[in-house]
Amino acid sequence: MTGESILFWVLAPLAVAASVAMLFMKKAVHSAILLAWVMITLAIFYIALEAPFLGIVQIVVYTGAVMMLFLFILMLVGVDSSDSLVEKIKGLRPVAIFTALGFSSALIAFIARAGSADQAIGLAAANQNGNVQGLARYLFSDYVWAFEVISALLITAALGAMVLAHSEKSEVARTSQRARSIARFRGKSIATAAGLPGSGVYARNNAVDLPALLPDGKPSDLSIAEVLHRRGDVQETKSYALEGLPQIDEEGKK
Amino acid sequence: MNPTNYLYLSAILFSIGAVGVVVRRNAIVVFMCIELMLNAANLAFVTFAKINGNLEGQVIAFFTMVVAACEVVVGLAIIVTIFRSRRSASVDDASLLSR
Repeated sequence: MTGESILFWVLAPLAVAASVAMLFMKKAVHSAILLAWVMITLAIFYIALEAPFLGIVQIVVYTGAVMMLFLFILMLVGVDSSDSLVEKIKGLRPVAIFTALGFSSALIAFIARAGSADQAIGLAAANQNGNVQGLARYLFSDYVWAFEVISALLITAALGAMVLAHSEKSEVARTSQRARSIARFRGKSIATAAGLPGSGVYARNNAVDLPALLPDGKPSDLSIAEVLHRRGDVQETKSYALEGLPQIDEEGKK
Repeated sequence: MNPTNYLYLSAILFSIGAVGVVVRRNAIVVFMCIELMLNAANLAFVTFAKINGNLEGQVIAFFTMVVAACEVVVGLAIIVTIFRSRRSASVDDASLLSR
């Protein structure tokens, strides 16, 4: 048993187990961590398959950049966004698993029929001037056109992401400080001239999207920044009202 | 060791990724499963490079990685845009055409 086969038979079952577990994880973050593990094992396999450059690129690009991007988007969308386990299409899951089993057994049968590669040529001759040099010779001679097209694709993707992620400023942010100050003191009422009540004045949580509680236990809508209202990022204010406190209005009526 | 084993592993990983794309609801997890399928294809390319003693398989795997990186950038931007307007990252909720 060579070192490579020990490496394979230890890491390959782990990679398969991690990718199967990825399907069953309820939280997306756990799936991301398992996928990062699968990618690291693949990087080790690349290095074992005499592709050291691709192994390093796999770690740098996939586990470094792509997985970091995934985790970043998970942070934006909400880390605890978990899947609903309700099936919308009836019987989708068994059919999908059955089809995939059939597909993988067909693939495996094809590979087995194609003959085993006992006499693999190996890359010793191709890599004799170095793996990176060999790849570079291909990239800048036979594949130079594909290489140029790929660079155009990268620029287009970067532009597309910028266009998609761009959002217009709200009118509030565009008015000048002077205009806002005039509106505050010469507006209909000067009740809030001294500043709006602060958000999150609340024992359970002091986040900015939680309304402050007024002395009578009522949540104050004014205490939350308008930007959050526009984005719809505000917690339901009514659910934070304190129960059982005497209401000032009712006391006055008595 | 016989490099064909890597091809078997690649086939299994590809099928697992395909199941994930169909079964999971969260758009981000669906995306991760697509990445898994691309990685499985890459493993097959690198193995073919070794079997045939030719570096071209590795060049193709390199191109696949670049295309996958582009795809992730645009795809995640689309997910964020949908999440901004619909408040959900589930692929079932973006079904305006079916109503």
